Amino acid sequence: MATERSAVEARGVTKIFGHGPDAVRALDDVSIQIRENEFFTLLGPSGCGKTTLLRLIAGFELPTAGEILLEGEPVGHLPPNKRLVNTVFQSYALFPHMTVRQNIAFGLEMRGIDRATINPTVDEMLGLVQLAGYGNRRPSQLSGGQQQRVALARALANRPKVLLLDEPLSALDLKLRQGMRVELKNIQQQTGITFIFVTHDQEEALTMSDRLAVMSQGRIQQLGGPHEIYEQPVNRFVADFIGDTNFVLARVTAVENGRARCRSDSGLEFDVVAIADVAPGREVTFALRPEKIRLAKTDTPSRAKVVQATYVGTDTNYVVELADTSRLEVRVQNALDGHARFQVGDHVSIEVPAGAARMLMD
Amino acid sequence: MAPASDILPTGADRAIAMQRAGINLDEHEAQQRRRRWMLLSSALLAIIIFGICPLFIIVMYSFLSPDDYAGVKWEFSTDAYVQFLFERDIFEESVRVFNTAYLEIYGRSFLLAIYSTFAALLFGFPAAYFMATRPPETRNLWVFLFTLPFWTNLLIRTYSMLIIIRDEGLINIGLQKLGIIDQPLVMLYTDFAVGLGLIYSYLPFMVLPIYASLEKLDFRLVEAGFDLYASRYRVLRRIIIPLAKPGIIAGCILVFIPALGAFITPIMLGGGKNLMIGNLISLQFGSSRNWPFGSAAALILMAFVMIALMFYVRTSGGGKVRAHG
Repeated sequence: MATERSAVEARGVTKIFGHGPDAVRALDDVSIQIRENEFFTLLGPSGCGKTTLLRLIAGFELPTAGEILLEGEPVGHLPPNKRLVNTVFQSYALFPHMTVRQNIAFGLEMRGIDRATINPTVDEMLGLVQLAGYGNRRPSQLSGGQQQRVALARALANRPKVLLLDEPLSALDLKLRQGMRVELKNIQQQTGITFIFVTHDQEEALTMSDRLAVMSQGRIQQLGGPHEIYEQPVNRFVADFIGDTNFVLARVTAVENGRARCRSDSGLEFDVVAIADVAPGREVTFALRPEKIRLAKTDTPSRAKVVQATYVGTDTNYVVELADTSRLEVRVQNALDGHARFQVGDHVSIEVPAGAARMLMD
Repeated sequence: MAPASDILPTGADRAIAMQRAGINLDEHEAQQRRRRWMLLSSALLAIIIFGICPLFIIVMYSFLSPDDYAGVKWEFSTDAYVQFLFERDIFEESVRVFNTAYLEIYGRSFLLAIYSTFAALLFGFPAAYFMATRPPETRNLWVFLFTLPFWTNLLIRTYSMLIIIRDEGLINIGLQKLGIIDQPLVMLYTDFAVGLGLIYSYLPFMVLPIYASLEKLDFRLVEAGFDLYASRYRVLRRIIIPLAKPGIIAGCILVFIPALGAFITPIMLGGGKNLMIGNLISLQFGSSRNWPFGSAAALILMAFVMIALMFYVRTSGGGKVRAHG
């Protein structure tokens, strides 16, 4: 779906706020290529630099080092009003003294487009975000979700090359947020505009994006498709930030035929593809998703015991204590009658299927 | 007074409690009403004593005759108002001649006040914008520095202005030393000097309300404007100024009204050559000893201001109703 031409590119971008000892390095040598017509997400905890990167692309901030390119052209010299990029702000930033129509028409008016073209465009946008008939209201007369749509329509009306979305769903309640996710994705596919979406919500990132970049401490930790990010986290931060993860320390016992066999103190065995520099005796960390661990009840007292069970609807989350008192989180789907398959106190055996564990390169 | 209503139960509970206690409900109502009036009385008294009474006295005086040694005689007369537009003929008492002298004073005062208000807005808006865009921790310092000179007595500030702009003042000496001019520029005792004095005196009344509304302005809206292709001028014109409008209006009213009635500045910097309304009124209560005419002049000024404000409300108030409706 996405073509190979890059709509936005950052080359070695560093951004430092402040001076001297108080200086904060918000972005640290970030390079990234965002393809045309792509739904790209910048995901990370607050303060990771994702919003700063967005503001650099919009032109609200200038990089301390490195450069931003739009469609292959450096834009360092262009102020925000000269960039064919529009932003949907986290706070929506709708003009309170203008009607919905006037808000949506604002960008077109500023570009000197004539009234005869503006009016149908505004109507089309109102239809696109399902707000036809709301044109003469003031932003203050709309609900949060409706304001959010107006902000989206106001940005899209300009048919920008790239649409920047700064946590646009964070102020909405859960139900509305889930609906808007689908809607945003649909609009992106309908319009074919490159979306750069900033969020700290991993579920949002995984469900909407074509590709995403996980950021932390001003750096990109991993870049890839949702599946790749979830299944093959490259380091402890990514594995921890996306989904739930058990971290298990193990020692390499043997390396043969490109596979490494490892064993943890608690007795868990892993058989994984060997990374280049692993050698027997070395300690490595494994990331283990709770839903990939298999449990089976044993009658004989085993080394693992269920110590906690939390019912979460379709599944039950168990905490299993191992021989060395380390604990493992396991998620198991409930039986068809809705009952949990294990009880607290049950002795269980643990199986880690091949490929379920991910060796981290920390 | 004790906050009795806090102690008593409310509504129906209270009514039942009252009945049980054998207190007549009507009597209770009356008691409540009395208490409400007592609480309101201080505000009402202030309005009556300091607002309505003086106004009533002024209206009354304006329809009486002047006494020989100041004060008024209790004889009804509309002379004060007639005098505003007509002059008695020197030779024939009964002949009245149309006289525009007072209208001119009013006209000049209005013009000067309008110019001063406009100039104060021109200088005040950027100053307010500057202060409002400083980081929050230094903002109060800027406001403090800006208002500091205005803690000095008005007479002293006006006198300093006089020293700066007189023929041998700072500006003229400076320009002569630099060789830009040969003869001193005559600034003192002109309308220009009065205007300058008015602007300087009332600038804070323009800056502070504008600052207050700009400080509340969400600067993300400014970013949104830039993001939507607006130039700096258009962001100012279409976003910042409309949102600062309440402050701008308040500032203009707060400068215009006192500037219109100013009398210290015109005397000191205008040299008393060209009277302003304030001087005219003060003269009537002072050396001219014509209290009725002074009262009439003040009431005519009030009428003009009210007409101007009503005109303003009619023209821009409609828009405002739409804006909030």
